[in-house]
Amino acid sequence: MLTEFGKIFIFILLAAIFVIITLFISKFVRPNRPTKEKYLTYECGENPQGSPWVQFNIRFYVVALIFLIFDVEVVLLFPWALAYQEYGIYGFVVGLIFLLVLGLGMAYEWRKGDLEWARPQPKPPKLDEILKTKS
Amino acid sequence: MNIWEIIIISLIKILIIVVMLLLTVAYSVYFERKISAWVQNRVGPNRVGWLGLLQPFADVFKLLFKEDIIPTAANKPLHTLAPFIALFVAFSTYAVIPLGPPVELFGYKINLVVADVNIGILYVLALTSLGVYGITFAGWSSGSKYSLLGGIRSSAQMISYEVSMGFSIAGVLLMSQSLSPVKIVEAQHGWMWNAILQPIGFITFVVSAFAETNRLPFDLPEAEPELVGGYHTEYSSFKFAGFFLAEYANMAIASALIVTLYLGGWQVPYIEKLGLSYTLTTIIQIASMFLKIGALLFFFIWVRWSIPRFRYDQLMSLGWKVMFPLALVNIIWVAALIMIFNL
Repeated sequence: MLTEFGKIFIFILLAAIFVIITLFISKFVRPNRPTKEKYLTYECGENPQGSPWVQFNIRFYVVALIFLIFDVEVVLLFPWALAYQEYGIYGFVVGLIFLLVLGLGMAYEWRKGDLEWARPQPKPPKLDEILKTKS
Repeated sequence: MNIWEIIIISLIKILIIVVMLLLTVAYSVYFERKISAWVQNRVGPNRVGWLGLLQPFADVFKLLFKEDIIPTAANKPLHTLAPFIALFVAFSTYAVIPLGPPVELFGYKINLVVADVNIGILYVLALTSLGVYGITFAGWSSGSKYSLLGGIRSSAQMISYEVSMGFSIAGVLLMSQSLSPVKIVEAQHGWMWNAILQPIGFITFVVSAFAETNRLPFDLPEAEPELVGGYHTEYSSFKFAGFFLAEYANMAIASALIVTLYLGGWQVPYIEKLGLSYTLTTIIQIASMFLKIGALLFFFIWVRWSIPRFRYDQLMSLGWKVMFPLALVNIIWVAALIMIFNL
């Protein structure tokens, strides 16, 4: 007997085969004329400067960590949601407490400033200051 | 039914779904260009075929005959693998989305879904999370600064909005008490559509879907004025086409998911009271599913050509400070709704 997961397996297999065939079929029809300049990394027409793996903002790691925590909470919430209607008011209160704790964690992150990104802070010139420096 | 009949029926269903998906993707590219032309008061593609209807095929053949360039600075295995992942993920999600009610054809009872698994929503969530890998690999392995920045931005954006997406789905599960998409659609009979019962969850899910598919106003990973092409700067030929197709296939998945979870899937309110014949009812229900998906695809394109792009800090604060609390409020709202009205 073929289960529903067996059907998914067939679908995944066919999708993989389809993708591999479509991506390899162009190998037989496309030209291949390599030159050194063609294989340079694109950097607006200049020769590439330094390592392409530049340093990036540490905030991306922080976001990944916050994501990890809250995604686990989503996983914990799904079984509760699926069994909710069997438990009545008890289930409601338990869920409310869980969401409250979650909200507290969120408030903590927010207060600590882990959700803030450096935003541009332009300083528009003020008229009285300009007049002061001129006089 | 013996096992061969089941396998043959499954294969036919898979074939139909894949062909439909490819046509949808091809023509959403065409309509993207046509609608953008209407929005900007231009003509749009009109040379290849009648009204330019053969344009998508011309594009595909053009990309097929282009030289494939892998820069010397790139990490070759990952650079080749990335478009495979992106396209594979985009295609295999369709297995669990129901397109219509069960029908009887030639004496067989056929579900209009490839696989009616009891954990369908988890399957969709797992596969769409895998999509992040395709883009991150592409960004990291290209050996280009633009690609790296695009890939990192994209992964941070996708994981941020995945959280609010997960919380919005929890609201749907509260109503349906099942993870199976078929059951979720059946729970939305009459006017009990989730979009009406939980409007907040609907909005957070739609916004998250826009962010997950990297569509404007959330297309920072490939913001062309600052990052050239973002994560696919160094891709050419059919690998570029792979990312391109994956983007539109993801858009079609997102529309199908929104329809399944919030807009009642193939359900048409009160159609059984009209007294139509069984065949006609089924046809109308299947047609309504496609109509809803088409309308949402139009909405995706319409928003892209109407709204400017966010700044990165605006994007992150919208995801964490607006969408996330709203999704939490939505769960409490739905739980209270079930408690009070005993739905």
